[in-house]
Amino acid sequence: MSMQTTSQNDKKLYGIIAEFNAPEEIIDAANRAREAGYKKMDAYTPFPVHHLDDALGFQQTRLGWVVLFAGIVGALGGFFLQWYANVVFYPLNIGGKPLNSWPNFVVITFECAVLFSAFSAGLFMIIRNGLPRLHHPIFGAHNFAAATRDKFFLCIEARDAKFDTEQTRQFLEQLNPNHVSDVKDE
Amino acid sequence: MNPQDKDLTPQPLDLGAVRKRLEGSQGKAYWRSLDELADTEAFQEFMHKEFPRQAAPLASNVNRRDFVKLLGASLALAGLTSCIRPNPQEQYTSYVRAPEYYLPGVPQFYATAMSLGGYGVGVLAESHAGRPTKLEGNADHPASLGAIDPLVSATVLSLYDPDRSQVVTNRGELSDWGSFASALSDTLSGLDGGAGLRILTETVTSPTLASQIDALLEQYPNARWHRYDPLHRDNVLAGAELAFGEAVDTRYQFENADVILSLGSDFLGIGPGKLAYTKAFSARRRVRTAEDSMNRLWTAEAAPSITGSMADHRLALRPDEIEGLARSLAARLGLSVEAGDLPDHVSQEWFDALAEDLEAHRGSSLVVAGNDQPAIVHAVAHALNAELGNVGETVVYTDPVEVDPVSHSESLAALVDDISAGEVEALVMLGGNPVYTAPADLSFANLLSRVPVSVHLSPYQDETSLRSTWHVPQTHDLEAWSDVRAFDGSASIVQPLIAPFYNGKSAHEVVAALAGDAEASSYDLVRGYWREQFGSDFNSVWPQSVHDGVVAESRFAPRQLSLREDALSDAPIEATEGLQIVFQAEPSIYDGRFSNNGWLQELPNPFTKLTWDNAALMSAATAERLGVRNQDVVTLNYEGNSVEAPVWIQPGQADNVVVAHLGYGREAAGRVGNGQGFNAYALRTSARPWVGGGLELTPTGATYPLSSTQMHHALEEERHIVRHGTLEEFRAHPDHPEFVHPVEHHEYDLYPDYAYESYAWGMVIDMNVCTGCNACVTACQSENNIPIVGKEQVAIGREMHWIRVDAYYGGSVDDPEFYHQPIACMHCEKAPCEPVCPVGATVHDHEGLNVMVYNRCVGTRYCSNNCPYKVRRFNFLQYAELEENALSMVQNPDVTVRSRGVMEKCTYCVQRISKARVTAGNQNRRILDGEVVTACQAACPAEAIVFGDINDSGSEVVQTKASPLNYGILTELNTVPRTSYLSKLRNPHPALASASEGGH
Amino acid sequence: MADSRNRIAETDRVIGPGQTYTTIDDTVNKPILTSILGTPIWWFIAFAFGFLLLMLYLYSVVYLIAVGTGVWGNNVPAAWGFPIINFVWWIGIGHAGTLISAALLLFRQEWRTSINRFAEAMTLFAVVCAGLYPILHLGRPWVFYWLVPYPNTYGLFPQFRSPLDWDLFAISTYASVSLLFWFIGLIPDLATLRDRTENKFGKIAYGIASLGWRGSAKHWQRYQRAYLLLAALSFPLVLSVHSTISLDFATSQVPGWNNTIMPPYFVAGAVFAGFAMVLILAIPLRKAFGLENLITMRHLDNSAKVMLATGLIVVYGYVIEVFIAWYSGTVYEQYMIFNRMFGEDYWWAFWALIFCNAVAIQPLWSKRVRNSPLALFIISMIVSVGMWLERFVIVTVTLTREYLPSSWGVFTATRWDWALYIGSFGLFLTLWFMFIRFLPSIATSEMKELAHIHENDDAKEVTT
Repeated sequence: MSMQTTSQNDKKLYGIIAEFNAPEEIIDAANRAREAGYKKMDAYTPFPVHHLDDALGFQQTRLGWVVLFAGIVGALGGFFLQWYANVVFYPLNIGGKPLNSWPNFVVITFECAVLFSAFSAGLFMIIRNGLPRLHHPIFGAHNFAAATRDKFFLCIEARDAKFDTEQTRQFLEQLNPNHVSDVKDE
Repeated sequence: MNPQDKDLTPQPLDLGAVRKRLEGSQGKAYWRSLDELADTEAFQEFMHKEFPRQAAPLASNVNRRDFVKLLGASLALAGLTSCIRPNPQEQYTSYVRAPEYYLPGVPQFYATAMSLGGYGVGVLAESHAGRPTKLEGNADHPASLGAIDPLVSATVLSLYDPDRSQVVTNRGELSDWGSFASALSDTLSGLDGGAGLRILTETVTSPTLASQIDALLEQYPNARWHRYDPLHRDNVLAGAELAFGEAVDTRYQFENADVILSLGSDFLGIGPGKLAYTKAFSARRRVRTAEDSMNRLWTAEAAPSITGSMADHRLALRPDEIEGLARSLAARLGLSVEAGDLPDHVSQEWFDALAEDLEAHRGSSLVVAGNDQPAIVHAVAHALNAELGNVGETVVYTDPVEVDPVSHSESLAALVDDISAGEVEALVMLGGNPVYTAPADLSFANLLSRVPVSVHLSPYQDETSLRSTWHVPQTHDLEAWSDVRAFDGSASIVQPLIAPFYNGKSAHEVVAALAGDAEASSYDLVRGYWREQFGSDFNSVWPQSVHDGVVAESRFAPRQLSLREDALSDAPIEATEGLQIVFQAEPSIYDGRFSNNGWLQELPNPFTKLTWDNAALMSAATAERLGVRNQDVVTLNYEGNSVEAPVWIQPGQADNVVVAHLGYGREAAGRVGNGQGFNAYALRTSARPWVGGGLELTPTGATYPLSSTQMHHALEEERHIVRHGTLEEFRAHPDHPEFVHPVEHHEYDLYPDYAYESYAWGMVIDMNVCTGCNACVTACQSENNIPIVGKEQVAIGREMHWIRVDAYYGGSVDDPEFYHQPIACMHCEKAPCEPVCPVGATVHDHEGLNVMVYNRCVGTRYCSNNCPYKVRRFNFLQYAELEENALSMVQNPDVTVRSRGVMEKCTYCVQRISKARVTAGNQNRRILDGEVVTACQAACPAEAIVFGDINDSGSEVVQTKASPLNYGILTELNTVPRTSYLSKLRNPHPALASASEGGH
Repeated sequence: MADSRNRIAETDRVIGPGQTYTTIDDTVNKPILTSILGTPIWWFIAFAFGFLLLMLYLYSVVYLIAVGTGVWGNNVPAAWGFPIINFVWWIGIGHAGTLISAALLLFRQEWRTSINRFAEAMTLFAVVCAGLYPILHLGRPWVFYWLVPYPNTYGLFPQFRSPLDWDLFAISTYASVSLLFWFIGLIPDLATLRDRTENKFGKIAYGIASLGWRGSAKHWQRYQRAYLLLAALSFPLVLSVHSTISLDFATSQVPGWNNTIMPPYFVAGAVFAGFAMVLILAIPLRKAFGLENLITMRHLDNSAKVMLATGLIVVYGYVIEVFIAWYSGTVYEQYMIFNRMFGEDYWWAFWALIFCNAVAIQPLWSKRVRNSPLALFIISMIVSVGMWLERFVIVTVTLTREYLPSSWGVFTATRWDWALYIGSFGLFLTLWFMFIRFLPSIATSEMKELAHIHENDDAKEVTT
């Protein structure tokens, strides 16, 4: 494996990244990095790798609760809209049906619930992921384009308390990746 | 038959004529003349050469609607706005101080009379800001009694017809009244005492016109007065002559009749007295409780008529069989008459029951003979009525209402002889359209060209005008002063509501011009005549008569007559073999004079429901025998003449009888009427104007599309849409007749009902008296600005009538029972149409009306799908006239004109309800019962429609709904309709009851 | 999958032999990454054809709005005609996609993976075609927004009791949620394209569209959860949409419409028609782009099975309709069914639909038929026609014979009815060919995951 010397420059370091070939390798690497005490790290893979999040020590997302809440808001809002329009705002005798003919309001209530919860799920994911973010330091990493194709990357970030340029690089190299490289921060 | 062929005789593009036209015409009429030019061949060629694409709109095969719109457009150019201001060349000043009675927005009603077939029907004309928009019946007039028939209602549309002729023409060249008058006087001065002067009129009952003609004939002793009305009453007169030796009129008093026999008479459907007769007749059939009595109607007729459809016992007989029946009956009742065997189609038991019934009701029975029956049948009817002691009870005789009655056929024949003998120098035709209506064998059209000077006074440049040397535009009844007598002799003053649009002239003015006074005005002539009649108290009686619409005590008094001994001595006609042809007036367009009236063209025939066309009607058996089906085109050969006509099968018609309705196949009716249907006059002979044998019918293999508004007529008994029984069945269960409640269904609901505190409008339609005459349909069309859609759209099923009269046939196809069921919006309290509308465009108001909010409607049409009664109408295209033009002037300003893409339907005449609410509000009271009268209700001569507040326990509608005969259609759907129906009852003779029940 | 571990027959493979991450990438993205000149000629021809039909569509829309609803054959009683039939037909087709992605995902059906992307695209395009009909069908299309609740000077709201307003909510929700679902699924693949393409403009376009996705494990964690929840939400949504549309009929009181069986019956019909359309699109697609190893016979086989199953449910629906009509004891229901089957005007439509939807699918019992793409293609075509006829019978034929015999009528379609229907294929095809040219018609990231799971299959095949 080719040992690379970091080209001297004054740019701040974002982190150090290692490239692997297979999901098993990246999970193994992540586990060992976690055991080594690294916290601020992330992996970049072309498809979701099972248990990788556990290996990296991520805690569960709260997405579910948000969606549930949004769904309830949608349902209540949907029903209120119909109830208010028919009973309070502009009561009309429609075919002799009562003003609050709630059975007629069920469908729209349901649709509103689905609409709200679905979009909360999608938007929550995008926003919490900090997207859209068209540029990111990691894109500068060597051969990073392969992260959306067939390569698996582990990046230990400079902001990690245990981070030390030399030690971290050595640590990653002993995981026998394809190569290790610095990720510059701009 | 050929919808393409529809232009007036083409003239070369003559710029001189145009220039003359510009001088002669007033104001914007200039543009109208250009529009007429557009009709000339030369102009069309020019268009095609120069602008092939622009020419397309002028292509002749544009559909009916486009024509109607085109008329509109042309009139908009014609500056028809000047209708309200008759003469744009005069100075006008607006109301600085309005007449005290005039409130802007509040219409005035004027009493006047419309003449139909020469006889008057009193009307109240509704005028909005000087613009007549609607005709209602005049309750004070004996021929109306408040009712109106569809033809008279629709004449208001003809008033605004842009196709009416507008200028005096001489051999197709533009001329004017002045030159006409001078030319006329020149001609007359050349005649020795009027020798060679002939006057041709239709039936004349106008006292003024009569006196004018008398005076004229004194002035020109050698002149002659001929009469021809295609629907003449020659046989009636001949019958009277036969029976009494003199021409008398017969007037019936159905209010006194318990048993009525109609020998081919449609006294409820045609004739000057039909409205009054319908009132009296239905008054005796109005059953609410089992105690009420009901008259019994026996009819024998060749083809279903409105009267026949009301019969308790009806026989479909060939015309010769009707005479046979009459003779046998006379013989049976002991009259000396030559009678053969009973006709095949008359069963002995039927005949016995009839005879027994008549005898059992001496003095309260009535025998009526139809206009088209031979004289002998009329004589038999007179004799029977005398024998049964009905004279003075159910029938009275009066002097003839027609002035100097003569046989129209003979009168016209005499004129034709004189013409061919070259004795006629000048022929003045006051109204009528003889070239089109004269019997074919007289070939009047060709002979007319032999007359050196022929004058035709008519509202249209019609077939006769085009062949006359002079044409004078005739005024509409709403445009000129005149007078007319009703069927009972009562005279009415005809007062105009609006100045003549196109400088039209009335018959009075033309006769005055003949007499040498071309400047005389109808007003002076009519007033002058009545000044003599009323004498000293003219100044009080005249305004009263004009105001009432009828001259007091002018009805003819009954006369005592004695029957001639040999009244019934005529020999029976020989029974004709093979196919017989029967000529009848078309129920909507009459003798053809209403051909250009869109409302009437689209008014469905009461039985076939055909619109825009007539057809060769025959029974199912006959069609089967001849191997023809609906819409097959056949050639009718009769007496050496032939026309092509489409076939339509009419259940209940006598076998081997083909009915041809007169009035269609016009060539110069106007852009609406041209080319519709086939011309039955082309087959008619002067010898036998009504019935004839030896008709040959040969299929051509072609088919012709006919537009009917109803495709399925069979009464699906198990649906219980029309509930019917007999008076006996009703009396057997006076409180809860089975036939009214065939299925018991629970009425419960998940939801509480809405409370309607103020008013709750409701309606009852009494099917027992409804004759299916269509009066309600046209009245509604006129009141609610309902557009016509044209033949093609009707064919697709897009007619717009808010109220329709469904026609059902019960029993067998050969001898069916007829049911008429008027259907309009039921205003369901739990209206299925409302919850399905996504924008709330149809909702309930606080008085329980199912209201349609046009402006909110987006046109999903879901309401129509969910309406089980299918009363909703959709504007699939822009049917209504939105532009300012002649046809938009007939529209009722109180009713929204609907645009394309919105749904519409009956509103219970909400505009009338609002008007009553305002009036009541101003007087600080509730709306009284009977204060709101819907248009259909007002028109109905049978008083079959009752409308009112169902919250008011005293109201007539509540009383009527209380009848055990009351039922709602499809109430099992829990629609809770506000409109309910009274079951149809029949009153069969006990001896035949079982037979008639077999029918249903 | 357990079973696929034991036997690896061709038709059991959810992914062909020898597929690696890179081969998947290259096979799927090849047509997208080729230059304009590299685009196969058949694509241009096909696209031009679709575009031509689209022009026909636009023409008939303009004519419709200029002249009015009357250009169609609609009348009273048959106030609903082609637009509603086509609407229901298209929306039915638009069900398979989301159902495949959502339901099969929830049930962990691996075989969904390679067909869900283009099935979802198909769904979206079908919904677009469907969604336009209810608007064009209005008498006054320019005020369609009155169905939407919004503050206005009239102080008016839509009439929420109307099933048509339910439709509005159901369809708009379905369309937007499906779009979201589809887009989120696309993000990683767009990122792949961003990193693969040499084309500068492409780089920018895909770069923006992929929102700067970088495949972070943290992102994947939220992504998967969101995707799963979306699936969980879409599944009932799919079922609700066609149920709601069936309520347009079920809540009315038209005999033949007001049946409680309508919702399940309509949903089954929708899935039935949807899978038919999936096959109609998948079979040429895999040939044209050589995707046989990704869209394997297993996929076609399973789709055929689903089609057969749902088809049988639909047939059950027909039987129940007849039974209920008889059992109801009401003359209106009984006559309605009689008229559908033997009425003089439209009996042919009923029997034709029975042939297409009941008879023509029976061969699918045989594995040989299910494994013949040609046979499947033909059967799917027949089914699509059959489902259109079914809607014709339900919507229009029913209306022509209702309660009052006096109001019975006939419906005859005009050339504008046909123009708008045929034209809508133009709209669909244009979108479709744009899609397969510029977007990955197979979810590559998911396929890679699948390839990872099955990477040992080939070895097993050798051993067995």
